[in-house]
Amino acid sequence: MAGIVGYGAYIPRNRIKSEEIARQWGKDPQAISRGLLIQEKSVPGLDEDTITISVAAGRGAVARAGIDPALIGALYIGSESHPYAVKPSGTIVSEVLGVTPEVHVADFEFACKAGTEAMFVALGLVESGRVEYAMGIGADTSQGAPNDALEFSASAGGAAYIFGKERLLVEVLDTYSYTTDTPDFWRREGEFYPRHGGRFTGEPAYFKHVLSATRAILDRSGYKASDFRHAIFHMPNGKFPLSAGKQLGFTKEQMAVGWVVPLMGNSYSGSSPTGLAAVLDIADPDDLILITSFGSGAASDSFVLRATDLLPQRVERAATVKSMLEGPRHYLTYGEYAKYREKIILND
Amino acid sequence: MREVAIVGAGMTRFGEIWESSLRDLFVEAAAGALSSAGADHVDHILVGNMSGGQFVGQEHLGPLMADHLGMAGVAAARVESACASGGMALNMGFMAVASGFVDTVLVAGVEKMTDGADVTNVLASAADQETEVYHGITFPGLYAMIARAHMAAHGTTEEDLAWVAVKNHKHGAMNPKAQFRSEVTVEQVLQSSMVAEPLRLLHCSPVSDGAAAVLLCPLDQARNYTDRPVKLIGSGVATDAMALADRKDPAFLAAVEKSSERAYKMAGVTPKDIQVAEVHDCFAIAEICCLEASGLVEKGQGAKAAASGETSLGGRIPVNTSGGLKSKGHPVGATGVAQAIEVFEQLRGESGERQVEGARIGLTQNMGGSGASSVVHIYQGV
Amino acid sequence: MPSPRYWREKANRFHLEAARCQGCGGVTFPARTICPACRGTEFETLYLSRKGKVVTSTVVHVGPNEFQMEAPYAMAVVETPEGGRLMVQVVDCEPSDVLPGLEVSLEFRLIRREGHGGILCYGHKGVPVG
Ligand SMILES: [Zn+2]
Repeated sequence: MAGIVGYGAYIPRNRIKSEEIARQWGKDPQAISRGLLIQEKSVPGLDEDTITISVAAGRGAVARAGIDPALIGALYIGSESHPYAVKPSGTIVSEVLGVTPEVHVADFEFACKAGTEAMFVALGLVESGRVEYAMGIGADTSQGAPNDALEFSASAGGAAYIFGKERLLVEVLDTYSYTTDTPDFWRREGEFYPRHGGRFTGEPAYFKHVLSATRAILDRSGYKASDFRHAIFHMPNGKFPLSAGKQLGFTKEQMAVGWVVPLMGNSYSGSSPTGLAAVLDIADPDDLILITSFGSGAASDSFVLRATDLLPQRVERAATVKSMLEGPRHYLTYGEYAKYREKIILND
Repeated sequence: MREVAIVGAGMTRFGEIWESSLRDLFVEAAAGALSSAGADHVDHILVGNMSGGQFVGQEHLGPLMADHLGMAGVAAARVESACASGGMALNMGFMAVASGFVDTVLVAGVEKMTDGADVTNVLASAADQETEVYHGITFPGLYAMIARAHMAAHGTTEEDLAWVAVKNHKHGAMNPKAQFRSEVTVEQVLQSSMVAEPLRLLHCSPVSDGAAAVLLCPLDQARNYTDRPVKLIGSGVATDAMALADRKDPAFLAAVEKSSERAYKMAGVTPKDIQVAEVHDCFAIAEICCLEASGLVEKGQGAKAAASGETSLGGRIPVNTSGGLKSKGHPVGATGVAQAIEVFEQLRGESGERQVEGARIGLTQNMGGSGASSVVHIYQGV
Repeated sequence: MPSPRYWREKANRFHLEAARCQGCGGVTFPARTICPACRGTEFETLYLSRKGKVVTSTVVHVGPNEFQMEAPYAMAVVETPEGGRLMVQVVDCEPSDVLPGLEVSLEFRLIRREGHGGILCYGHKGVPVG
């Protein structure tokens, strides 16, 4: 059986509070926080991007796996904010992690689903026996247009997973993907900010795919919601995953640990993978874990996972999600945020 | 080896000289040096210049300057050692005459810094591009790190640094060629804007245009040009690790120590014999470190030398009577030659209200980069 | 920075590759072919551990154009346990807290970008520990 042999996450230290953004645009801070269930979000420093976040998360994954990174035969990064339009992020990350040159590398993009997509493909290559180890990373420094609802949620962070067949920290019991063409959110080449279909991103997009994928994997695997200790659903805001989970029969308690969005926002490709990392940080042996991602466009990937005895022994080898969410933070004013996110026009 | 003398000098004022180009500045200083000595020809021209290429896009300064001096045909070349380019040109001119290779050498230094180049980036090219500049360090930043290390090792304070600026402005106020002819107070220095902690704007030398030139010849031919030649009796050059991270003690400028020792040895004098000195105060901390490394003050005693008056006019060893780089200005390639002119004039008794009475032996110390190169010359009045 | 040059310097920018002189034991970073201390030419390759202590530091308030958006920012000479020394920016803290003796880890960050269209140049920066 294949599974996760190492994982790591990274969340930048800079934060901006929802109320600070709301104040900037004359909106009611309480209404925003209540509506989105997001108190604050992570913001990348001027020196942080998908590549540096991937390296930081990847280093944690290598440390927890305790393997020679040169044995990793495939490395995929899912992101909607690859720093280069043309030139892979994955080559830089592979080189820094010591994975090159015998490695298959690709950058993926599938809105917020690109991270689990990278994990899905990495897992498949390991299961097929094509490579011994494969790393899948989800990382983003996502942009929301100023004064758009997305500005309250689009954040930065990522998580990296190494898949292998031995000394598993987590077994992958089943996977399932549900995909249709649904134009709920997009960004054309050369555009700075994404556009979205407003409420169209809800019912026909997020909920249809998350619910369909999760119901199908439960059906296939024969588990029911109550069998799981933890469940993670993609977190475009605080409300959607709780609502989807409730419709699927999951309790708030089952979703509590992986529901990281109130303190970090939606790190897009990094969102559900970071929620999973938060769960793995505290999971007990034999805990069943469900994760369902969502990416606009649109699709959901679901995984049924089970923690092994080894998992708790490896947690302390890298920073936990909780330590980064609740550790030293630097709160930005909207002006600083505008500078950090390069929303201020400068001459070249 | 022949004895060598400086027999003529010329320089522009230092400052933001909007109306003069790189070549204009050179011609004014060089022609001034030639006419002061009544010389109508030279065998060799050396042009100290840090970065005509980056500041104004002009390289190949040897022939350009010879041409504009009306001397196309004369041997000429540019000499570069960052901010020590002028001093290095003087060292090479000294060697050329002393060896008998040529008789008369015009040693000039020139820099045009205000024509719109990104001065911070150009100056940073004197640091290690791969290990220092890449990461965002600036020149003031490097000297600020030296200052912090000196503070940690010797208890030097921001006020000590301020006193260097106060002293040099006081001297420069009396120098008609200086960029800043105004005095400053310790309070003004300590309230000026921060450039790189702990260095503030008034701890730093300015961005300047300017040129300086001297004429060298064998001592036995000096009387053809002047009644009061000044003998060059010592010259020492040394280098150190380029990057600050590669030096054991970032607070100590080893190249300054070595170049000084070589110059003292050649001149047959000791630091106690020096009566007037120009040292490289690109930043206030640099003067303190250079005084210590050159032996002009005891190691660890450099910090208090300005405040105590020891290095002021009238003190035990007046330092930077010209105003130094701080107040006179620092057109980088010209600085080493301008230092020589200050001491040349001091030893000839021509320094007016800045005159150090009875000065017979003087020293100049010119530094490149964050101290990776240093040139020291010792002069004796005849 | 032209991309060939950046590419050539990968060993030290990405991997902190250094060299220990077999003659005198001195560590040079980046690696060299001749030891600056003893002129030895036999070296053992080593990789600096991603942690160190600040030897000296400053806070740059007036930076080069490419760094002006980051100012004021702290810079430090950091010494690793192997004895390698390197100049790095120190981030994720109050710049004024970066003083000699501070313990930092070395993290992979974007160091500079060549305008809007040029390459992105990465490397390591210090982040205070704890
Ligand atoms: Zn050695």
